[in-house]
Amino acid sequence: MKLAALMARAAGGAAIGAVGAFLLLPVLALLLQVRPRTLLAELADPTVLDALRLSLLTSAGATVVVVLLGLPVGLLLGTREFPGKRLLEALVALPMVLPPTVAGLALLLAFGRTGLLGGALSLLGITVPFSTLAVVIAQVFVALPFFIGASAAGFRGVNRAYTEVAATLRASRPYTAARILVPLSVPSLAAGAAMGWARALGEFGATITFAGNVPGVTQTMPLAVYLRLETDFDAAIALALMLLAVSFGVLFALGASPFSLGRTGAAGASR
Amino acid sequence: MALVVLLGACGGDREAPAGRTLTVFAAASLVEAFGELAAELERQDSTLEVRLNVAGSQQLAGQLVRGAVADIFAAADREAMQFAAARGLVLEPRVFAHNRLVVVAARQPEVDMMLVDLLNLATPGLKLVLAAPEVPAGRYAREALRNLSGAPGYGPDFADRVLGNVVSDEVNVRAVLTKVRLGEAHAGIVYASDVSGPDSIARREGIRVIPIPDAFGVRAEYVIARLRSVGDSAGAEAFLRLVLGPQGQAVLARYGFEGVGPGR
Repeated sequence: MKLAALMARAAGGAAIGAVGAFLLLPVLALLLQVRPRTLLAELADPTVLDALRLSLLTSAGATVVVVLLGLPVGLLLGTREFPGKRLLEALVALPMVLPPTVAGLALLLAFGRTGLLGGALSLLGITVPFSTLAVVIAQVFVALPFFIGASAAGFRGVNRAYTEVAATLRASRPYTAARILVPLSVPSLAAGAAMGWARALGEFGATITFAGNVPGVTQTMPLAVYLRLETDFDAAIALALMLLAVSFGVLFALGASPFSLGRTGAAGASR
Repeated sequence: MALVVLLGACGGDREAPAGRTLTVFAAASLVEAFGELAAELERQDSTLEVRLNVAGSQQLAGQLVRGAVADIFAAADREAMQFAAARGLVLEPRVFAHNRLVVVAARQPEVDMMLVDLLNLATPGLKLVLAAPEVPAGRYAREALRNLSGAPGYGPDFADRVLGNVVSDEVNVRAVLTKVRLGEAHAGIVYASDVSGPDSIARREGIRVIPIPDAFGVRAEYVIARLRSVGDSAGAEAFLRLVLGPQGQAVLARYGFEGVGPGR
């Protein structure tokens, strides 16, 4: 018995060590490969700074849109039962399983110049492809499921007693959502937003297909890294590290990460 | 029933000849032609299995330099081959095919009116996509535009005016074709091989091809070489013979490449 426990412990330790090595080794390899001089030279390159700024702006904008659009859906999926719920859940998860280039193609066929909505959009004077708007749309498309999933899980974890008391006091649903559900789910919402933001920041396939590659307009950091790989491996690594450092810094500073999922705010919410 | 299937599978395994594998790193534009040549070589030598690794030439060169194991490297430009050759990785690079550039235009009424000949590439408002200058197809396209600037009737600022119409620098040449086929861009510049080949009807759907005259076009050179650390030298030699021989050249020609003629 004691031996079994010891062995289980050793196996667990080994697994943790293996995961640590598996996740950290590639990052370490990037760090070892980069030459400080290359890194500095790339940091001084205006096109790199353009790409970095564009990445931060578009991913931040996409995250705001994702939270605004995703919150009501998260509430619906997290707190209500209705026919067709499983279908809706599967539909919302679709962008997660779609290969990103296919997602980009689908967006083109929907919002492109000759796409389903292309005619209507051009009447409004809007051409989406090859614009910064297209970058944000692609990012929202791929990031939305992450936020919806995390927020629904958060709302589901809120103690039913609170919402039931609110209902007996004749509180409206929106009031209950705003005063009880959302405040108690803040850690999960932050986790969802962080996951969505990270996905948006790293987005490549849908962007390149839907938004194209226009320096300063649609060339985000992942696109810049990809093209640098064609000509200058060391510069590509320097760019990749920059992206890594910035994303790590933002996630660390905000204290939001996928791991805040399921933590509950304030007075806790045991089921 | 399941048992029978299992036994069958085992039997199949035993009958398979002792496997030799030939790994071919090939530029993305070669995927169809080399797929056919690989199948042909496997037909000629049933003990040989040909594995194709297809990507951008520069990416392949990078993989090789960083220790990837291959027997054959076929690049879409000399620079990528030079990158590997400078590190002593390849033996006797040889040009085995050429590829020309063509303009492709979307089949839309407005484009039919706007884009009649090459001069119209500079028409203001035309949405043009090129491959990014970092990839060979993008470099060649810009070179061809500069050549045209020197031609009578085009004007010395032709290239600049055309480049002003570029709405996106796509990451590879197939992405250029996709944007034009979907009508998101009015026109683009791609390889002739991108719009040729046995399945050309599908590929040319929705596009119109405008050739670039030989005098101004740029001939992309495709270079092939054996790796120095080749695992199966007999297989590698057989593949090189096939590609450079009349049969290989005929296959390449069918996919829109220009051959180098036998014996070269």
